[in-house]
Amino acid sequence: MSPPPHNPRLEELAARRWRVAAVLTTATLVSYFGFILLVAFNKPLMGQQLTPGLSWGILLGALVIFISWALTGIYVRWANNHYDKALDELRR
Amino acid sequence: MNPQNVETSIGQPNTTAIVFFLAFVGLTLGITYWAARRTKTTSEFFTAGGGVSAVQNGFALAGDFMSAASFLGIAGLVALSGFDGLIYSVGWLVGWPVVTFLIAEPLRNLGKYTFADVVAYRLKQTPVRLAAAVGTLTVVSFYLIAQMVGAGNLIRMMFGLSYEAAVLIVGGVMILYVLFGGMIATTWVQIVKAVLLLAGASALALMVLARFSYNPLALFREAVAQYGPEVLAPGKLVSSPLEAVSLGLALMFGTAGLPHILMRFYTVPNAKAARGSVFYATGLIGYFYLVTFILGFGASVVLGRASITGVDKGGNMAAPLLAEAVGGTPFLGFISAVAFATILAVVAGLTLSGAAALSHDLWTHVVRRGQAPEHEQLRVARLASFGLGVLAIILGIVFKGQNVAFMVGLAFAIAASGNFPALLLSMAWRGFTTRGAVASMLTGSVSAVLLIFLSPTVQVEMLGRAALFPLKNPALVTMPLAFFVGWVVSLLKPEPEASDRFPEVRHRMHVGAEPGENVIAPH
Repeated sequence: MSPPPHNPRLEELAARRWRVAAVLTTATLVSYFGFILLVAFNKPLMGQQLTPGLSWGILLGALVIFISWALTGIYVRWANNHYDKALDELRR
Repeated sequence: MNPQNVETSIGQPNTTAIVFFLAFVGLTLGITYWAARRTKTTSEFFTAGGGVSAVQNGFALAGDFMSAASFLGIAGLVALSGFDGLIYSVGWLVGWPVVTFLIAEPLRNLGKYTFADVVAYRLKQTPVRLAAAVGTLTVVSFYLIAQMVGAGNLIRMMFGLSYEAAVLIVGGVMILYVLFGGMIATTWVQIVKAVLLLAGASALALMVLARFSYNPLALFREAVAQYGPEVLAPGKLVSSPLEAVSLGLALMFGTAGLPHILMRFYTVPNAKAARGSVFYATGLIGYFYLVTFILGFGASVVLGRASITGVDKGGNMAAPLLAEAVGGTPFLGFISAVAFATILAVVAGLTLSGAAALSHDLWTHVVRRGQAPEHEQLRVARLASFGLGVLAIILGIVFKGQNVAFMVGLAFAIAASGNFPALLLSMAWRGFTTRGAVASMLTGSVSAVLLIFLSPTVQVEMLGRAALFPLKNPALVTMPLAFFVGWVVSLLKPEPEASDRFPEVRHRMHVGAEPGENVIAPH
């Protein structure tokens, strides 16, 4: 294989994928470290119960797990619908 | 609700446990026999010929990741301290999105058997593969020690076998899987184990929740009634923010540098299946951690903390005790057999990834300069698997009685510092050089091991003297250091041959290999 040394469309697409990956990675980082820092700095809030039996800590912890999964879902949808289509056009 | 008495059949030979365990071993050895007849090439041995579907690989990834330590350990932690266990669970999960976004697809498109294939793609093979093998084997060794010692202790506690016998059985059965069935058998063992573990944990959680009209909040309220509102609040686990952030970094980016996880992306046919499989895996693992959280609370409410610590001070028997309390001895037997199966599957995956580094990176590319004939590669791969399996048994026996819980955290810190930075830089940065890659991988691995040795975990808790380095987990220092060293060393002496080939890497990384093309480009 010797791909063309300079392929602006592929470079554009590659840059777009890294941008999407960077945004989603940042979102994961923010939600996770947000949770950790709340645990570290605001223990009283995390222990407070919204309704008997459910504390903010449990709600937010479960939410971070759910958000992580949802973000992978968003990425997979984007990649299946947009990225793969653009790649197919490039391959032609 | 009164805590039940401590009477338990844990630790006595349990017929149901033995029957379930023998059934699992019989089934998986049958799979191994079937897989052995389909394992004729190196590619089949290491990647199941690339024929694993996204859903199958999702279950297999989950199987590789859900260890007995996370099942029993997190349930125990939650049972004894409540909310704090959730902090761990969240940390173990958040590495998976990172794997999805940054690693899975490029790895699938650029490599063949190991992550070193990707780093070495446009760099000089020998130094890069040597350094990557150091990182891989260090991570695999620490992870294996933790699993084998855990296996010996757990099985002794649950089945009443001697520690040595337990380690020998785990090591022996695992060697059979890997040696004869390669990746095909290992993948199916992971899938069977993941299904059993998820089903077992779900059934147990349902039986507990049945006592609380299927409302987890009613369970949490009962825990508050017994132990006070502190059970729903952060406790002692996160005392220093720096410590928490450092551990968080190791967990988050370590997953993206674990050799046995990375290797799984070569078993699927293409990048689309690779990304799909991480989505399934993330969902399964996230669900598993939430169920484990319920089990921990269930154990503390149904059994009472005193009965749990009465059997094992660390709380590791919380889930099996709970199984006995709500489902009787047969259900305890089932859960014990599932825990045993879990350990077996995890050590098989680890051993296979270590064998790939030894035979593919070190033998085929360093010793034979990429010129080893197929039958020789396969023979060396099997020899390496056998050797690593025996080493795992020896390490398990040598480290008997040692506190090795910190070694999993150490494996994550080394993976996050030694493997992940070089892997990411090789895929994303044109200016990365051979010297930069080698310097980054060695700095990351060596500094992580060194700082763990100087940390409170080893110095204070094991040697009883003052610690020279304040953090228990070093990733906050070592991961940025590995990125920095890789960057500076690459800038000091550019490597035009490497940067000239970057467009080829970029093309291959996104478009994938052409059909029938040699996977490792000639150098």
